[in-house]
Amino acid sequence: MTTVPQPLTDEPRNPARASRWKAGEEPAVLPLRPLDTNGIPKVSLRELSLSYKTSSGKRLLALDHINLKVNPGEFVCIVGPSGCGKSTLLHLIAGLHQPTSGSVLVDDEVVDGPGTDRILIFQELGLFPWLKVGENVEFGMKMKGMSKAERREKTEYYLRLVHLSQFKDSYTHQLSGGMRQRVALARALATEPDVLLMDEPFAALDAQTRDLLHDELERIWTETGRTIIFVTHNVREAVRLGDRVVLFTFRPGRIKREFLIGLPRPRHLEDATVAKTAGEVLQELREEINRSLEVEYNEGIRPHVEPGAEQ
Amino acid sequence: MKRVGRYVIFYGGLFGLWTLLAELKIWPPYLFPTPWGVGEALYAGFQDHSFWIAIAVSMRRVLIGYGISVVLGMVLGLGVASNKFLEETMGGLLVSLQSLPSICWWPLALLWFGLNQNAILFVVIMGSLLSVTIAMEDGRKQMPKIYSMAGRNLGASGFQLFWHVLLPASLPYIVSGLKQGWAFAWRSLITAEMLYMSLGLGQVLMMGRDLNDMSAVIAVMLLIIAIGYVVDGLVFKGIERRLQQKWGLLPAT
Repeated sequence: MTTVPQPLTDEPRNPARASRWKAGEEPAVLPLRPLDTNGIPKVSLRELSLSYKTSSGKRLLALDHINLKVNPGEFVCIVGPSGCGKSTLLHLIAGLHQPTSGSVLVDDEVVDGPGTDRILIFQELGLFPWLKVGENVEFGMKMKGMSKAERREKTEYYLRLVHLSQFKDSYTHQLSGGMRQRVALARALATEPDVLLMDEPFAALDAQTRDLLHDELERIWTETGRTIIFVTHNVREAVRLGDRVVLFTFRPGRIKREFLIGLPRPRHLEDATVAKTAGEVLQELREEINRSLEVEYNEGIRPHVEPGAEQ
Repeated sequence: MKRVGRYVIFYGGLFGLWTLLAELKIWPPYLFPTPWGVGEALYAGFQDHSFWIAIAVSMRRVLIGYGISVVLGMVLGLGVASNKFLEETMGGLLVSLQSLPSICWWPLALLWFGLNQNAILFVVIMGSLLSVTIAMEDGRKQMPKIYSMAGRNLGASGFQLFWHVLLPASLPYIVSGLKQGWAFAWRSLITAEMLYMSLGLGQVLMMGRDLNDMSAVIAVMLLIIAIGYVVDGLVFKGIERRLQQKWGLLPAT
């Protein structure tokens, strides 16, 4: 393994180190964005609603007047039963779909399309199979028109950050699930977004790999100071990672309750405190899960329509 | 090894049957030539450069015509796939037009372009454009949506999105259509060349008929088959294989 990024220390994040990493510098300190102190939320959702027509012609309300503020550098986890519109919410923030009403604001400006200030890591990743690992990571920078030398340098840097330096010239199908996950993370980080949107990124991984990636994500987040909105149906994962856990109701998706997680970091999935807090959240979630199961049994099948295809 | 054996038996038998029928002299030799008669015609054709010229002329035409078809077909197919109005109206028209043999455009081409190379190119384009368009349209629809979303998410839009994401992402789905387009282009070309004094392989074939030289006719037919086979079997199979390996659909060797 080549130079490994600096290990995590117990020091609190230091806004003074907050310059972005520039090409040519040895990345002793990871790119860290200044923590905003003027009180403007990084992401703010105002009365956000989305409804769409199902294949049977019924109108379905997926998200119902969501109001949420996410502070700069905050790690927010969204949990809820499947079908609560959590993935849809990320797509709206990413600007890939338009809301039916309400708005998404980033730095107090209304979002009306995709932008590289917010990068979504899809559940299915969406890595490009025709590109090598390095080229995948480079993609966003190439679209920005960054020079080749700078791209190469940053690609190497971000691959090192996720411990994939030796796999730069592999194709993504040659990697394991956990490695692909890290490629997606590097690809997203390489465009240096302010906000990382993650859609159940670790759902398909085995427990050991997931633990490892939790640690890495926490480390990268601490060192880069990005704002992260992380969607999962796994309550323990949410409590282990998040500064705040937002619980969604089952269809239509509404915010049921928010939990501030004050546990010290670094945390671990098997910490007793994490388990205890997760238990509290789960208590509330169980009601929604039961409701979702009931609806599913009554309907036979869950209507599955591409959100945003029809508004 | 077994496969090679089967080939030897099959083609040996075919060759033997041909020789036997020719040697029995049921038909006059100028109507049913012997294999070595054809071999001599092939040799003579290459010796006096007429075959080389014919191949060069035909290849040049088919490459130009096919190239135009591919570019136009991609634009058209993408347009049809991404526009609901076009899809509903033009989509059906394209499929029904495909049942029209491309040589039916010949009279029209003659009147529009006159008796020259452009008329031939027009027929070649009309022969292959539709398959490429339909293949592109299908490919664009079959392509997993996640790629275009990921591309847009990473800041690609417009032509960048098309060139760096949509096109490569749909390649595995359109390569068979491109292959079919090539086959149509090649056939249309030979047909059109046969109808017009044009220097190409089609004309050399007709010249053989005019001179009552059946050996030359069969020699040219073999050439046409060989070129079609080489492009299809080597070029397109190679591309397909490489794509599949790159995408992880085949185990890399």
